[in-house]
Amino acid sequence: MSELPSDFFYTQSHEWLRDNGDGTLTVGITDHAQEQLGDLVYVELPEVGTHLTTGDACGVVESVKAASDVYAPIDGEVLAVNETLAETPELINQSPYADGWLFSIKPDSAEVLKNLMNTEAYRAYLDSEG
Amino acid sequence: MPKRTPLYDEHLAAAARMVDFAGWEMPLHYGSQLGEHHQVRRDAGVFDVSHMTVIDLAGVDSRDFLQRLLANDVAKLKTPGKALYTCMLQEDGGVIDDLIVYWLGDDRYRLVVNAATRDKDLAWMRAQAAGFDLTLEERKDLAMLAVQGPKACERAVQALDSGLAAVAQSLSPFTGTESGDWFIARTGYTGEDGYEVLLPADEAPIFWRALLEAGVRPVGLGARDTLRLEAGMNLYGTDMDASVTPLECGLEWTVAWAPAERDFIGRSVLEKQRATGATRRFIGLVLEGRGVLRGHERVVTDAGEGEITSGSFSPTLGVSIGLARVPAQTVAERGEVEIRGKLHPVRLIKPPFVRHGQSCL
Repeated sequence: MSELPSDFFYTQSHEWLRDNGDGTLTVGITDHAQEQLGDLVYVELPEVGTHLTTGDACGVVESVKAASDVYAPIDGEVLAVNETLAETPELINQSPYADGWLFSIKPDSAEVLKNLMNTEAYRAYLDSEG
Repeated sequence: MPKRTPLYDEHLAAAARMVDFAGWEMPLHYGSQLGEHHQVRRDAGVFDVSHMTVIDLAGVDSRDFLQRLLANDVAKLKTPGKALYTCMLQEDGGVIDDLIVYWLGDDRYRLVVNAATRDKDLAWMRAQAAGFDLTLEERKDLAMLAVQGPKACERAVQALDSGLAAVAQSLSPFTGTESGDWFIARTGYTGEDGYEVLLPADEAPIFWRALLEAGVRPVGLGARDTLRLEAGMNLYGTDMDASVTPLECGLEWTVAWAPAERDFIGRSVLEKQRATGATRRFIGLVLEGRGVLRGHERVVTDAGEGEITSGSFSPTLGVSIGLARVPAQTVAERGEVEIRGKLHPVRLIKPPFVRHGQSCL
């Protein structure tokens, strides 16, 4: 079973969000997602300043075997992206919930988190996916 | 219900991620596809390829039959144990499969064909065999391991009993030999030195464990694909199928045109295509910037449009590479590939990309 940080939020497309407590959120892909993809070799991230709408394909993570879209988990503006991933995409494999973060975002409203799963719900979702 | 090889339990013991491959439950990787790729380029790895189909042919007509069945000519096999890479074609020149044929001696041959094409290959061979005096036997009793890498021979020899070790050490490249129920050949699908070993299924787990003891590490189908791609080797069903001829997938070198009177299946169509010139040819691509080339992406050259057949990231070179079919008139050394709606510059090269651990670029 993949490890899951307890205070994060999750999407059905296996992105995670961490509330930074300063009105910003950090986004990444879950341990389950990186494990399914295998060794990552290339990452494409949204541009800083872009406004994202929930469900937008806003980035790509590519392993040796496959490319997978990253979807905007909420409505908001991209504040920063993890530049180190260009040279070391394997950080996502090694540290999906910390060093392998993808981008940070300023949500349009505090309400956006309501539609996301908490840790328990995501764990149940993973179980149901088999 | 997926089929399992005699090494299934060994894969689980090595923490393999198992996937379905052509109806077989096979190891994709054992933790890191990249790590396994490097292991084969730098040291030695072992692949379970027991899912591949082994067919033994015997009988006074087997040579005549193979000279009719295969686009390459088994008459090139001058000494027992020699191997030949060839395509098996339809009447219209389309590739039914690519395979290795070994001459075992006298009127006996051994063919190793792809797992995914087993049924149609056997049906085709049996249909073509009508009127020839021979028997065709599928060897489901055998397992097959490929030990590959610069240290593969040295390490494999340690895992063999002394008799087999001596036999293995005497093999020159692209040659095999029988020893009892075992067959050892110095062949492979990675661009590295090594052996492919066919052996009784019940002995396979013991040999597997002996290889690991000798420092060989298990390698999954994921790395097998990136290794063969770097080596510029075609994958059936991806780089070619029944809709293309050997001239359109870079395999013209495997077609034996001489002697002119050898009437192999597909010959007349290939002769015509050779005379008029094929409209498409097969090349290698190297992506200049970051990103990963993938199969079916559109290629733009100075002569028009083509398509990537295989694309991935090359762990050895640290860039993305691919194989593609492009218009035959392409002469420029550069082109572009469309990735997610944007054109990216690529270099057009003649494969391979990597041989014996070294870049060919």
